[in-house]
Amino acid sequence: MALLIAFSLGTAGSGLAASKLNIMTSTQDPAAITREIGGDRVNVDSIAKGYQDPHFVEPKPSFLLKLMKADLLEVVGLELEIGWLPPLITQSRNAKVQVGASGYLDLSRYCEILEIPTGQVTRAMGDVHPLGNPHYWLNPENGRRMAKAIQQKLAELRPEDTAYFAQREADFERRLTDSEKRWDGAMAPYRGRKVITYHRSWPNFAKVFDLDVVDYVEPKPGIPPTPSHTLELINLMKREGIKLILVEPYFDLRTPNAIAGAVGGQVLVLLPSVGGVKEVNDYFQLFDYDINLLSTTLAKTK
Amino acid sequence: MRHVLFVAFAGCLGSFTVAAQDTAELLNRMKAMEDKIKSLEAEVQELKGQQAALIAAVTAAPSSAAPARQVPPALTATTAAEPAPAGLAAPQVPSGPLPVYGGASAAGSKVFNPDISVIGDFLGAIGNGNPRATPALQMHESEVGFQAIIDPYARADFFMSFGEEGVNLEEGFLTFTTLPLGIQLKVGKMRAAFGKVNTLHNHVLPWTNRPLVTQNLVGGEDGINDAGLSISRILPAPKNIFLEGTAQIYRGDSDDVFHSYRRSDVSTVAHLRAYRDITESTNIDLGVSYARGHSPVAEPLINQLYGMDATVRWKPLRRSIYHSLVGRFEYIWDRAEQPLQALSTPAGFYISGEYQIARRWFFGTRYDHSGRFNNAQLIDTGGSLILTYWPSEFSQIRGQFQRTSYAEGLTANELLFQFQFSMGAHGAHPF
Repeated sequence: MALLIAFSLGTAGSGLAASKLNIMTSTQDPAAITREIGGDRVNVDSIAKGYQDPHFVEPKPSFLLKLMKADLLEVVGLELEIGWLPPLITQSRNAKVQVGASGYLDLSRYCEILEIPTGQVTRAMGDVHPLGNPHYWLNPENGRRMAKAIQQKLAELRPEDTAYFAQREADFERRLTDSEKRWDGAMAPYRGRKVITYHRSWPNFAKVFDLDVVDYVEPKPGIPPTPSHTLELINLMKREGIKLILVEPYFDLRTPNAIAGAVGGQVLVLLPSVGGVKEVNDYFQLFDYDINLLSTTLAKTK
Repeated sequence: MRHVLFVAFAGCLGSFTVAAQDTAELLNRMKAMEDKIKSLEAEVQELKGQQAALIAAVTAAPSSAAPARQVPPALTATTAAEPAPAGLAAPQVPSGPLPVYGGASAAGSKVFNPDISVIGDFLGAIGNGNPRATPALQMHESEVGFQAIIDPYARADFFMSFGEEGVNLEEGFLTFTTLPLGIQLKVGKMRAAFGKVNTLHNHVLPWTNRPLVTQNLVGGEDGINDAGLSISRILPAPKNIFLEGTAQIYRGDSDDVFHSYRRSDVSTVAHLRAYRDITESTNIDLGVSYARGHSPVAEPLINQLYGMDATVRWKPLRRSIYHSLVGRFEYIWDRAEQPLQALSTPAGFYISGEYQIARRWFFGTRYDHSGRFNNAQLIDTGGSLILTYWPSEFSQIRGQFQRTSYAEGLTANELLFQFQFSMGAHGAHPF
């Protein structure tokens, strides 16, 4: 009986209409772009933080409280969230954000996807993403495509604000184009520079700014460093004169530091996502932070 | 001289004859080559036709082939229902060859197949396990899962366990995900929402076996697991507390816990769960449960179970893949009617903790204390130390030293070891 009363009480309060669109995103990067487009007409929140590994997020019930009220759920897709998002969607009891509903937006569908495996895919390759590398937002062109997709989805959900979203999207594109010139200029002297990265988070970034990612600290995606691979990496870096190791903020630095120490190189903690550190709160600041750090470091290393 | 001329003439004649023969042979060869070229041209044309037909067949089915490349199988329905926004450039096709996951026609026919997974569970035991000794070596269970979105309104999950005693439908249920009023309805055979351990599949347990209280009072490995209906709702609560109420009705057949002698002998389960984040790294999860059904001992007897559970978790987000701590406690009280108007009220609990030492290593401990279903005075106790190693996300090796003191006065000292491995796309379990 107590349960029935509680069920009824809950029903009474659930019909209140919100004046702003409630938007949930799986990670902070789509959230940052959505804020650019949605402005003051949207409330945006994300599940994973920018400083945590987006492959391993706990599907905590507290996220359900937000997801059950969402008008729109934006996901990165390409199985980045496969380990934690599906049970949240199922348990949300929110018809709007179920897979296939109008309030579900998979942004990978609109972006250029790299590293789509060819031939047979097996777990012997590690925790490989069979649909392609999911870190596509690290290419500003994909950021532009995400913005356009988000603008059109917001306009679909809130037609009366179509012009508002279109104006903000155009402004975002203009600022992104300006910023791209600045970022390209800052990275131009370092085109073709060889680097090592911890995980395969950077193919999009490396493609845009012409960095040559020669190898990874992980022997295979998702597999922790092994002594034999670490030794191979040290030999490779010595042979090819590679001095820089890029590491995501959620990985342990002991192995990268040991490798860098052995070759006289340097470890750089670069942010793959908005929110990776306190001062990086939007999409522009993410690239500003990374490019400033990277160009400064590359200038000091040969 | 004449002889010479004659010989020369004869030689020339002979040469002409030979030359004429060579020319005829050459013509024959050229004719054969011409025929061969024509044959090859025809073959090329035929191959071109086949290629065009193949391309036409592939492009005629873009909704099956393209999403299969870019959209996870679990999310496929999205692609079909979610067209690209008008005015937005079509997704750029990546450079390089497209992935091949089998033939194009095969991919088209497989796109709606469910996610299929197999989880193997190999168990071994060393030492004295009496009186509940498990085999020295056993392929304890192989869980096969089929999971898919059924339609825009529901999804289905099937889990079958293949053990040494045969095949068992562990769970098979339909979940309606889009009901009004925030209600979720499940229909099928499922693990009842009684406490924590009863809801967990073997492969997500932090131990090699279930606690004594589960074995003595809640049906052991199978637990309260029956065909029925489950309705749940997130309830309003203050201070960002997640409050969920669940009410379930089952046929009334759960081995060693409930038995249905006639249609009206249904069993019922109710569960209230409260969860709250204390910090972004720490959270607490509390629950109370109740289950009622007819006793397996005799028809008119009723068995009622009361439970409470508490789980505290800590996982620092910045180093979430390296360190975590989980503390669990579950208390169960049984009010079991016995023949001759007797009433048995056994109770039991377990308390356990697991600490993740490093990315691949976990250390755990558990203490068990439980009465017996038919005699509350018989108390079994036990303690375990557990070490777990993850070669990857998809395999696990575990060792558990367990000392159990049974009510009969027997003490079992065992080293249990386990290998678990996973194939395919096994969907994530709820938190």
